[in-house]
Amino acid sequence: MKREESEFAVIGGGLVGAAIAWGLARLGKQVAMLDEGDIAWRASRGNFALVWVQSKGLGMPAYAAWTRRSSDGWAAFADALGEETAIDVAFRRPGGFALCLSEAELEARAAAMHRLHNQPDMIPYPYEVVHRERLRALLPAIGPEVAGGIFSPLDGHCNSLRLLRALHAGLQRRGGKYLSEHVVDRIEQRQGMFALATSAGEVRAARVVLAAGNGNARLAPMVGLAAPVRPQRGQVIVTERVEPFLHHPMLSVRQTDEGTVMIGSSTEEVGFDDHVGAPVLAAMAARAIRIFPCLGRLNVVRTWAALRVMSPDGFPIYSQSMTHAGAFLATCHSGVTLAANHALVLPPMLEAGSLGTELAAFGGKRFDVSAHG
Amino acid sequence: MFRRTVESTAATISLVVDGNEVRARAGESLAAALLAEGLLSFRRSAVSGVPRGPWCLMGACFECLVTIDGARQRACMIRAVDGMHIETGEGRRRLLP
Repeated sequence: MKREESEFAVIGGGLVGAAIAWGLARLGKQVAMLDEGDIAWRASRGNFALVWVQSKGLGMPAYAAWTRRSSDGWAAFADALGEETAIDVAFRRPGGFALCLSEAELEARAAAMHRLHNQPDMIPYPYEVVHRERLRALLPAIGPEVAGGIFSPLDGHCNSLRLLRALHAGLQRRGGKYLSEHVVDRIEQRQGMFALATSAGEVRAARVVLAAGNGNARLAPMVGLAAPVRPQRGQVIVTERVEPFLHHPMLSVRQTDEGTVMIGSSTEEVGFDDHVGAPVLAAMAARAIRIFPCLGRLNVVRTWAALRVMSPDGFPIYSQSMTHAGAFLATCHSGVTLAANHALVLPPMLEAGSLGTELAAFGGKRFDVSAHG
Repeated sequence: MFRRTVESTAATISLVVDGNEVRARAGESLAAALLAEGLLSFRRSAVSGVPRGPWCLMGACFECLVTIDGARQRACMIRAVDGMHIETGEGRRRLLP
């Protein structure tokens, strides 16, 4: 059995792990990124690719601020990644809409945005309620049932498959090691070093970052942490390519940089099952056609499902271990939106050995029902 | 660029490609028939307008879309059939007027 040794071991080769690993490598750290094989549950290959701000953070203003910060950092992040790898991840931030099919739906969404912004400690960000008449000038393709929508100039999108590839390429260009087919079975700390027993031999590192998505639920207790995440299925439809006609991303519909139209945003609690199903797909397609009737003329070329990584309150978890010094955990369902933070903000904290105060609200202990901690 | 390397007893059939008669072998994929004819660009990118042609040849990439008897189809997933009418070169397809 071979043995790898490095300063940091990042467990997880998806968007969260790869962003952190690349960020650490940019700081000059020796990094080994451990990944499963092609059969892993890869939210990073099935997501909707929004870089989304509006509506996030109701119940946790710190999440709204963290999201906003990543969104603001995304352009520089994409530029840095592009310079290092020559991969254009097609980041655009034209502002995005959440569209509503009735006045009641629009009122409910506007009220939720109002509540979000009325929270104590909430740092407000720009958004507006756009009613049908003005919306038609901005989105001529909307159908007769669209009552209006919420617009935020902070919302954007990217090509998330290229993002994943660029992060992997960037890591390896910086000398980081990518260890695929390394399923972590056990983590032990001995004489200040972490020893990771994997399906392909032992990997040793001074520090370890758990970024294994839904796998974090299993791994976290090995270093005295808790990450009670569960899979939440989302299904996606993609159409054939057409000339660009949607110039803003929508919460459930967006046209990609390559001309295809993606339809998404379903949520199902079905455990570890990433099959697609006609009833949900049909409902998604029907709603998309009510929003943009012209979509009915497009051929669907593919459908898929992927599993979000969902915590009990829906917010990310960032933790550092009190029992295993040097062990950290990062998990969220917005690996695209938060990629800029994971690559540029989190790594200096990991290097310093302590998560910053802005992450204090995100600890996994918030799910602990017992009195201690 | 592409040529048939295997001898075959399959019947020769006739297709109409962009108004021109093209000979093919019964049973071969339409993409193979068009490539053997020397046609490399099947369509144009919907976004940039650059030429596109068959890439994966297994139905995954959708780069070889052509219009077959009025319907857009992947040429690599369709067998050439005698008398088929094929139109290539679809460009930046507009969805809105």
